[in-house]
Amino acid sequence: MILAWLIILLLVAGIMAWASERRGPQWPRWISLGALAIDLILGLSLWKAGGDPFDMTPGGAWIAELSAQWIPRFGISLHLAMDGLSLLLVLLTLFLGLMSVAASWTEITKQVGFFHFNLLWVLAGVLGVFIAMDLFLFFVFWEVMLVPMYFLISIWGHENRVYAAVKFFLFTQAGSLLMLVAILGLTFIHYQHTDMLTFDYQSLLGTAMDPTVAMWLMLGFFAAFAVKLPVVPFHTWLPDAHTEAPTAGSVILAGLLLKTGAYGLLRFAVPLFPEAAQAFAPVAMGLGVIGILYGAVLAFAQTDLKRLVAYSSISHLGFVLLGIFAWNALALEGAVMQMLAHGVTTGALFILVGALQERLHTRDMRRMGGLWATLPRFGAIGLLFAIASLGLPGLGNFVGEFLVLLGTYQVSILMTMLASLGVVAATIYSLALVQHTFHGQAREQWNVQDLSSRSLAVLGVLIVVQVWLGLYPQPFLETAGQALHNLVGISDGPAIVSRR
Amino acid sequence: MTSADFLALLPLLVTALSSLIVLLITAFRRNHLLVAVVTSLGLMGALMTLPVASQVAPRHVTPLLLVDAYAIFYSGLLLAAGLAVTGLSYGYLEKRAGQHEEFYVLLLLATLGAITLAAATHFASFFLGLELLSVSLYVLIAYVRTDKRPIEAGIKYMILSGASSSFLLFGMALVYFHVGTMEFARMAVALDDHVDVPYPFLVGLVLILTGVGFKLAVVPFHMWASDVYEGAPAPVTAFVATVSKGAVMALFVRYWLIVDGARYESLWLVLSLIAGGSMCVGNLLALWQENVKRILAYSSIAHLGYLFVAILASGTMVVEAVTFYLVAYFIATLGAFGIVTVLSRSDGDAAAMHDYRGLYWRRPGLGGVLTVMLLSLAGIPLTAGFMGKFYIITVGVQSALWVLLILLVLNSVIGLFYYLRIIVWMSTVPAEAQPRVIAIPVPDVSWTEHVVLAMLTILLVWLGLYPSPFIRMIQSLS
Repeated sequence: MILAWLIILLLVAGIMAWASERRGPQWPRWISLGALAIDLILGLSLWKAGGDPFDMTPGGAWIAELSAQWIPRFGISLHLAMDGLSLLLVLLTLFLGLMSVAASWTEITKQVGFFHFNLLWVLAGVLGVFIAMDLFLFFVFWEVMLVPMYFLISIWGHENRVYAAVKFFLFTQAGSLLMLVAILGLTFIHYQHTDMLTFDYQSLLGTAMDPTVAMWLMLGFFAAFAVKLPVVPFHTWLPDAHTEAPTAGSVILAGLLLKTGAYGLLRFAVPLFPEAAQAFAPVAMGLGVIGILYGAVLAFAQTDLKRLVAYSSISHLGFVLLGIFAWNALALEGAVMQMLAHGVTTGALFILVGALQERLHTRDMRRMGGLWATLPRFGAIGLLFAIASLGLPGLGNFVGEFLVLLGTYQVSILMTMLASLGVVAATIYSLALVQHTFHGQAREQWNVQDLSSRSLAVLGVLIVVQVWLGLYPQPFLETAGQALHNLVGISDGPAIVSRR
Repeated sequence: MTSADFLALLPLLVTALSSLIVLLITAFRRNHLLVAVVTSLGLMGALMTLPVASQVAPRHVTPLLLVDAYAIFYSGLLLAAGLAVTGLSYGYLEKRAGQHEEFYVLLLLATLGAITLAAATHFASFFLGLELLSVSLYVLIAYVRTDKRPIEAGIKYMILSGASSSFLLFGMALVYFHVGTMEFARMAVALDDHVDVPYPFLVGLVLILTGVGFKLAVVPFHMWASDVYEGAPAPVTAFVATVSKGAVMALFVRYWLIVDGARYESLWLVLSLIAGGSMCVGNLLALWQENVKRILAYSSIAHLGYLFVAILASGTMVVEAVTFYLVAYFIATLGAFGIVTVLSRSDGDAAAMHDYRGLYWRRPGLGGVLTVMLLSLAGIPLTAGFMGKFYIITVGVQSALWVLLILLVLNSVIGLFYYLRIIVWMSTVPAEAQPRVIAIPVPDVSWTEHVVLAMLTILLVWLGLYPSPFIRMIQSLS
């Protein structure tokens, strides 16, 4: 039941935040902060309680579960369940949610109530995606996070917000509907075999089907997740959406919505269609590598700070795709670590850029330079997260990228080599970011305030988590480990056969 | 005729009687409120006789009408939609000068025609119901005479509708020539006996399809839709989009299933071309519109295309899918046109972009309702529209209609785009400096309109969140 409460709390708090706007702009902020804090505490208590780590049945290591009938006509149930993987992502969601409420404290001044309503509903949708174990329910949550996100971008975004918001919505929706068709195809194949109409994840696992059909259905799922992740030919919505969104929107987009794509691949696309995924793995890994390099090259070419961070996301998520389709324990652990670390790093970078834009009213790096002198706090924290982003050992991203590369090496040496180039490229664009913004000649005289102590506290927490991920990743790996072990157990994996 | 026959016909009789009563009241004393109340009571009375009629169902009342669960359900749907339109019309007409009482007589007669169609199993009742519906609509569309556009729309509709009726009649004659009966059920039996391909029958059926296609405004018979939607008074547009189309759809589905049209490949092909064409043309043309009523006109063409996908599927779930989708479409369309009605002022309907700009900040309630309706039309989860689309994709997947399904998916994305455009208009934040200049005053919303919109919103979300009770209800229809 606790799983339902996690979501309901956010939904109700969203409505309350909206309704409380008339009492004053501080009300929605405090309500959102409170609701997310309570949720985070609930989540942490689940983590502390832990699941049964010795339960080795496939998919059986649920930390918490809830199941109830919803639409019996189609065998649809309200099935929520959480294993270690879901738990980590839920914690990331709530943590970044908290950070983004704090980061919008002064940025959002108009329609504060509706803003927080959308923020909390998008977070509720993301939570739902991470814990839904019924494919229909999963799809519903998948869409629920879309509409509020659209509003966040289109109402509180920057100059070109409507274009970006509509593009984001259309791209995602096209992928989602293909996934819906694939979900229905899968359930009907299952129905033909067993005479039981169900959308339950565990029942649908291991459905036998024709390889060609399996490939098409897998591609249907892949389409939805590839748009969200994003995989390179489907990525063009991302730079626009990230750039135009308000800070909280960017943090949630990069930190969480992209992760739902990775999670979908990890939880649904590969385990439901193991053979098809195996056949598709070389293509997917190739796309991953292309994403890594393409994202890195384009990030270097940007002059808009937010666009730079957005393209770096494409590069980082390429590692996640690579790790998932390498499909062995090391690579998957790496992919999960990369998801967490990228969420924290990119979240922090977007908060920094947002705060910078609030002060300078520009994101153009050509107008910056030499900011360290006037904004030393910005400079120091910016440098820290830039080197986290480039994968410096001791910080979270390094762990993720290293494990992915290590795991991929067992599958394909060529892919590993090419992907490693991405790490080098990351160094170039990350340092270029610091160089152009904080060092060198000051091109304009800015007379602005440094980070407030509130922002400092937010970023401080992010730094602590980032260092924790980098120096002592063991608790995270352990939590995810059992879940990943189960996932690998469900399907023998696409790439294990080709292990050398 | 036995007493059971009368019981079965009660919904029709009550509706017919209320139109007479309204006419008599008008003859003696003109009073808008009184007439509106009597009309609503009449429709509610007809709704309340449905359980009575279902006691004796299924029952053939003369060869013309079959009162079964299907007919009763659709009668209920059409009567409820008529009731909603009555609620919307009262506020709309109050804002306008002129005499409004006859409007309700025509509304009742049109509804009577619609529920006749829902129960028709014979060409005679088919044609009778259709003409009753159409002739009332000619006048309803042109009812507001202070403006030129309604009159233009009314004449356009009348001429085209007349032409399509003659196609329909000729088609019926051809079918009759071939099978020698005008009863649907006996037609199916007669067709089973034929081994050769029944060309006169097929040609007749295609001509009938022309007549039906016109009423449904599917491609290539869709040309009238945007002009008539734009010109007609907003509540009448809502009526044309829902009751008129829904009744014809109910009849067509029944006819198609009884004669099993899907067994003739060429017919199946024609229908799938209509489905694909309606989806694509409707959505693509909607993209270029700047007028909300025209956007909704083209979007309704597309929605009928989606519905045809469900009709083309085979299996036990088809009637269920069509019904669910139609109900979701009814609610969302009535709601959307309800907002158009509410925003309209005495000098014309609110259909331009500036009528909607910043609506969220001016009237968040109305903006919210329209958003929910549009999201339902776009098929976003937690609304009835999504469940409807889910149903259609389900039956489509079952029958492996992959090409149509891909078209449906692509078109849903295009559709989303223009629904989002209206939402974008509504969410435009008024300029800080001069918020009052842009803001167009929203007219007062009468309580009837409040009630109708609230009910529609609740229904829409309820069907999206917890559709099980409703699904159980429509499961028994086929």
